[in-house]
This record gives sequence, C-alpha cells and structure tokens, in this order.
Amino acid sequence: MTGLFFDVAHLLAGGLVLMSFALIYQDRLSSLINVFAAHATVLALAVAWQAYAQNAPHLYVTAFIALGFKAIIIPVALQRIIKRLGIHREIETVVGVGPTMLAGIGLVALSMVVMLRVTEEADRLAREDLAFALSVVLLGLLIMVTRRNAVSLIIGFMSLENGLVLAATGAKGMPLVVEISVAFSVLIAFIVIGVFLFRIRERFETIDVSALDRFREGRE
Amino acid sequence: MVTAATLLVCVALLLGISALAVTTLRWRGASTLVYGLCAAVALALLGLAGTFLIAGAPGPSDAVLPLGLPWIGARFRLDALSAFFLIVVNLGALAASVYAVGYGRREAEPGRVLPFYPAFLAGMNLVVLADDAFSFLVAWEFMSLGSWALVMAHHREEGNSRAGYVYLLMASFGALSLLLTFGLLAGPAGGYAFDQMRLHAPPPLLAGLALMLTLMGAGSKAGLVPLHAWLPLAHPAAPSHVSALMSGVMTKVAIYAFIRIVFDLLGPAQVWWSVVVLVLGAGTAVLGILYALMQNDLKRFLAYSTVENVGIIFIGLGLALAFRAQHLALAAALAVTAALFHVLNHAMFKSLLFMGAGAVQGAAATRDMDRMGGLIGRMPLTTLAVLAGSMAISGLPPLNGFASEWLTFQAVLVSPQLAATALKFLVPAVGGMLALAAALTAAAMVRAFGVAFLGRPRSPAAAAAAETDRWSLAAMLFLAALCLVAGVLPGFVIDALAPVASALAGGHMPQQARQPWLSIVPIAESRSSYNGLLVLGFVSMSAALAALAIHRFASRAVRRAPAWDCGFPDAGPMTQYSASSFAQPIRRVFGGFVFAARDVVDMPGPGEMRPARFKAVVRDRIWEILYAPIAVAVDFIARRLNRLQFLTIRVYLSLVFLALVGLLLVLAVCV
Repeated sequence: MTGLFFDVAHLLAGGLVLMSFALIYQDRLSSLINVFAAHATVLALAVAWQAYAQNAPHLYVTAFIALGFKAIIIPVALQRIIKRLGIHREIETVVGVGPTMLAGIGLVALSMVVMLRVTEEADRLAREDLAFALSVVLLGLLIMVTRRNAVSLIIGFMSLENGLVLAATGAKGMPLVVEISVAFSVLIAFIVIGVFLFRIRERFETIDVSALDRFREGRE
Repeated sequence: MVTAATLLVCVALLLGISALAVTTLRWRGASTLVYGLCAAVALALLGLAGTFLIAGAPGPSDAVLPLGLPWIGARFRLDALSAFFLIVVNLGALAASVYAVGYGRREAEPGRVLPFYPAFLAGMNLVVLADDAFSFLVAWEFMSLGSWALVMAHHREEGNSRAGYVYLLMASFGALSLLLTFGLLAGPAGGYAFDQMRLHAPPPLLAGLALMLTLMGAGSKAGLVPLHAWLPLAHPAAPSHVSALMSGVMTKVAIYAFIRIVFDLLGPAQVWWSVVVLVLGAGTAVLGILYALMQNDLKRFLAYSTVENVGIIFIGLGLALAFRAQHLALAAALAVTAALFHVLNHAMFKSLLFMGAGAVQGAAATRDMDRMGGLIGRMPLTTLAVLAGSMAISGLPPLNGFASEWLTFQAVLVSPQLAATALKFLVPAVGGMLALAAALTAAAMVRAFGVAFLGRPRSPAAAAAAETDRWSLAAMLFLAALCLVAGVLPGFVIDALAPVASALAGGHMPQQARQPWLSIVPIAESRSSYNGLLVLGFVSMSAALAALAIHRFASRAVRRAPAWDCGFPDAGPMTQYSASSFAQPIRRVFGGFVFAARDVVDMPGPGEMRPARFKAVVRDRIWEILYAPIAVAVDFIARRLNRLQFLTIRVYLSLVFLALVGLLLVLAVCV
C-alpha cells in the first residue's frame, strides 16, 4: 500500500472518530441528527476510498448504501419524527459533556493500544482501520450509555454500527452479501425503533426512557 | 462371536420401543406390549453379554458410530467389565419388565411411564458400553433424565415433585463432576477417547483430584454418604418397577463408572486413594443402615438399605485399590471379585425387595409399615419371595448375600499382608464397621419383614389385601430362585468373574469349578473355604428334622385359642409391636450421636383428661450440616442477584459497556 492510499484512508477513518466526538459534544437533538448525517457521509467516503484502494467495486455499493440510507433517509426521517413529537429540547445527558469527552479519549487510547498490539502481523491499512473502527464502536456505546433520550440511543446505536461497517470494509475480501444484510438489518432496526418511539410516546407522553423504568419498578 | 455392534442394535431396539410407546399410548394393551418387548430385548442383551463373559471375554470388541465429537466419533466397546455390568443391568431390566407386565396394568397414567422406561434402559446400557467421554456423558445424562421423568411420573403425590427437584440438582452436580474428571483425564491435548486416556495416565496430583471428582460424580449417583440425600427421596417416588431398577441397577451403573475411571483410566493406584474409598465405604454402610432403621416408609427403608449396600461394595473396591497399590494381585482379585459379586447380588435381591414392596403397596394401599401387618396369610407367595430377599440381603447362608459378604471379609482378613501402616490399622476397623452394618441389616430386615408380613393387620386395607398378579409373582420368584442358586453355587459366579478380575486387578482367584464338592476357596484351602451346597443341605435337613420332631412327638392336635392378652381384652391391632418400637433400642444406642434423636414423653398429671403422648424426634444431621447451609447460601445469592432483573435499560447498557472495556483492558495489559 503506497503512501497516498494509506494517508487518505487514515485521514477518513480518523475523520470518522472525530465525528464520533462531535456526536458526544452535541446537546440538542436536531444538531445531533445533523452531525450523525455527517458521520455517515464520512463513513461513505471512507468506504468509497477503500473500494478504490482495494480495487473492489462492490464496496462502492456499500458506500452508496451508507450514503443513501444513513446520511440522507434516516436523518431526514428522524428529523421529521422529532418535529412530530415536538422534542427540540436539550438532551438530558446523564454525565456532563466534559467528562464524557475525557472518557472518550481514554477509550480511543485503549482501542489503539489493544488493536495495534493484537494485529501485528496484519496489513498496515487494515490495522489502522480496525483500531479506528473499534474506537468508533466504543464511542457509540458511550453515547448510548450517557444519554437518556430514546432518539439519542438510536443515534448512538447507528454510529456504533458505522464503526462495524468501517471495520468490515477495511478487511479485504468481505463479501457484499454480508454488507447488504447488515445495512438492511439497520434499516429494519430503525423502522422498529421508530414505531417503538411512537408507541412509547402514546403510552407515556414522553420518550425519556426513564419513564419506562418507573413502570417496571426500576431501581437505580 | 458377540460384538459391540450387535449390542448397539439391541439398544437401538429399546429406543424404537420408546418411540412405539409414544405412538400406541391410547391403546389399552400398550403397557403389556411395551414391557413385553423390553423384557425380550433385555433377555437378548443378557444372553449376548452372558455368552461373551462365559466364553472368557475373548478380546474387546469395538464399534464406532459417526456421531458425537467429530474427531472421535461415538465409540463403544464390549470388554469383560462392561459385559459383566451389562448382565447386571439386563438381569434387573428383564425381571423389572416381566414384573411390570402385571404391575403396569394398574398404572393410572401409563403415558407418563411407558415412553421413558425403554429410554431409561437404553441409557443404562449405553453408559456401560461407551468408550469415549462424550458418549459416556451423553448416555449418563440420558439415564439421569429418563429416570427423572419416571420419578416425576406421579408428580401430584405429596413430596414427589420435591424429590424430583432434589434428584435433578444432584444429578446435574454428579454429571458436572464427571465432566470435570474427564476433562482432567483428557489433558490439554483433548484425548476424550478412553483409549487415549489409558495411554496417558495423569500425574499423581491430577489423578488424585480426578479420583475425588469421580467419587463425587459416581458417588452421588450411587448414594455414597454424604451425597445420598436424593436417593431415599427419589427411589420411592418412582413406580415400583422403576424403583427396583433405580435402586438395584442404576446405582450399579454408577459403580461401573467409578470402576471404569479409577481402575481402568486413572493409572497406577496410590495408597491414600484406598484410604479415602474405605472410609467413605464404611461410613456409608453403617450410616445407611442406621438411617434405614429409622424409616417407617417401606420403600424409603429399602432405598436407605441400598445406600448401605453401596457402602459394602465400596469397601470391597477400596480394599482392591489398597492391594493393587501394594502390588498384591491375588488379594486385589479377591477384593474386586467380592465387590462385583455383591454388585450382582444386590441387583438381584434389592430389585426383588422393591418389587415386593410394590406388590404390598398395591395390595395394602400404603407404604407405611405401621399400617400393614398379617400379609403372610393373604399374600403367601409374595411373602415367600420377600422372605428370601430379606434373608439374602441380611447375609444369611446359604443365600447369595452371605457368599459375597463372606468374600469381602476374606479380603479384609488378608490385610496383614499390606505394608502401609495406615492401612494395617484402618482395614480391621473397616472390617468391624462392615460386621456392624451386616448385623444392623439383619435387624432392619427382621423389623421390616416382621412388621409388614407378620402379626395382625393394622389397617382395614391390609386386612383386605389380596395376592398380587401372576407376572409380578413370576418375576419375584425368579429373582428369589436366582438368589438361592447364586448362594448355593457361588463358585460358578466367581469363575465367570475371573476375566473381569484379571482385567482390573492383574490376577484372578483360583478356579472354583475344580474344587471338590463345589466349595469355594478364596486363597488356599488351609485358610478358609465355604460350601453353600453343604450349608443348604444342613439347613434343610435340620429344619426338616425339627419340623418332623415337633409334629411327631409334640401334641399332634392343632388348637386354636385366643392369644394371651396380658389382661387387656380386645387389644386393638395398633397396640402390636410396631416398626418404631422395634427401632427404639437402636435409636437409643446410636441415635443420640448420629441423629440427635430424642424421645419426648408427655404424660398428663393425675386427674387430667388429655391423652398421654410419646414422640420420637429424629433429625438428619447430614442434611442440617451439609445441605441446609448450601441451600441458604444459594437462596441468599439468588436473592441478591435477583436485583439484576430490575435495572434500567441504561444500566444494562452500561454493564455491557463496562464488561467490554474491562475485557479490552485485560487484553491491553496481558498481551
């Protein structure tokens, strides 16, 4: 893998991690969704670059799916949902943004240490990619853990899934079927969660998931 | 030539019968058909295994099925040891199936018994045939679950569901221990076939650990104290023919597992192994029969007596281990033969006694001894069979129980040859415990037989009892006859066991068929010999002479007169000597220590109108010391962990997240 290919792939994967941090920083739902759209766009670019670098045309399809579904359709749909639900309020984060960012930095360091050490024999590009992908996955989980709102849980989950796609495309020889099925499962998850959101709202007049806990005698 | 493949076909037939039972459940004759077919297959298996063993076990026969672990397959092997245990299993199965042809007709819900019964038989046969750890454990679990389903057949009766629960727990515990044993034996290379385990004996420390785990795994199934707790609950709960199988045969399969692992797979024996086995065996024998003496439930009494007999067998096996560790092949062969002979004998008479208990339960509609009585007049043939079984289990010559216990004592008497000082002191003590257990067994059997069959009926149901059906009688009398034959001609059994003893102990006892007058000589004629035929002749002669003398020279007229009633006319049947009364002296002697037994007498003062009360309190100390704390601890932990069920979604996510980060940290630090 020559210099330019590697550097650009590195740049795009790093950009994805940066967008994850940007997700953590957002405290309004609509801007969170916008940043997620940007997150997905960067993913699409990274995947497209991998397609070019690995000379694997089917990865262009993956990139297209990422762009179409995750960067356009789902964010637009989510924006419409929060408009209909009328929730433009602040996100109720459990932990403050500052400590969350710090924890995120720690997670990125952790995934670098683990991945670079574990995959010593692997291809250099794949190594870096995997390290970044693991960071994105961990940051996605972090978002899910530190937010209360159901919509931000969905965003966290989808950014986590973006990390998985990044890892999958970084490895050579990933069959297209797997990627398509992953993409569709995300779409279905989105639909299910969307329906679920309206149901929660109907029942409890809010989509703060702690409202659910009251009804199952949650004890914290 | 009998091969393992032929036997596997028979086992497959049993599974087929199980399927047949499911499809024909609605049909009225299903029970007769299923049990009849089971009896036929058991007879075939018995014949095949018997032919193999009597031919001197000509080389093991292997069969490999393309099932199970892919790199091993399901291996099965027929060798001398498995042939002997196949005989034990299928002898019991044959008798129980014939018995069940009659007994099963009275079953209220045959659908809960019929499909599981052949599967249970198949499981036991497969355990004995298995030749790799995977097939062994699968067959073992098959056997456990099959018998569990049978224990739960009458799950609505009081106490049965608890019995099933305790049994399931103990069975899982035992299977887990065996799994770990095989893990240790297979070693890091994962050689799960028994062949590979034989080649690579584990180092001494691991072998000792494996022995302990085997004692827990096989011992919990066999009923070694203190792991016996499930046995007196589960065995009585099952239908009687299944109780007979569980007590008479399934405990033997567990003993097979112990012998297979410890004598065959574990490598050279060490002296301290035998110490552990001997102490456990002696404790089991004495405690088992003491527990038995405290029971009023006939079947529970028999179950505890099984615990005692398992103890006797383990004493024999412990002696064999001791002799083997000290390279005394002949003495080891004697001890192994004694243990295996007792395995066979116990399978016969305990099955017989459980069947008798089933017949009595059917006739008197109770299992409580204190509500029976006087059955000898109403069920004469059952009484005869049960009497034979009781005499055999008490070790009275010329029946088979005496022969095997006598052999065990002979092995005890060889112990001065042992070099290890600890054993020199321990073995005579164990011999004393064995003698105590034998004497207590006789007391216990007199108590059970006397209270149930003699005297006057203590309940209307017992007074109206009728003789049981012909099939049951045939099975019981068949086993009683076998007890007599094996007791009178023990030499043939010992000779048939010679290949097994040579495989396990590296030597065998002198050939007995060549001895003059069919006597048996364990080591040399100068030391000791026993002739069952002679004893039988003497017993029958003296009994006949005594009867003749009484009838000839005493008053010939039969007089019927009221019994002397101590001045209390019209004493009710309940005032007879009862099972609890009989047990009282022994409860007084041993009970204070073992059972924390107390007799509470509540005597009203003069002028008070309330009745006097007498209450005997017996506590199970093993349950209180060993099991109750475990139950409390599990309950405590479960209640603490229950809070995990009521966390919020976010906390669950955090737990997943923290677990992931923790694992990654471990990876980052350790790699």
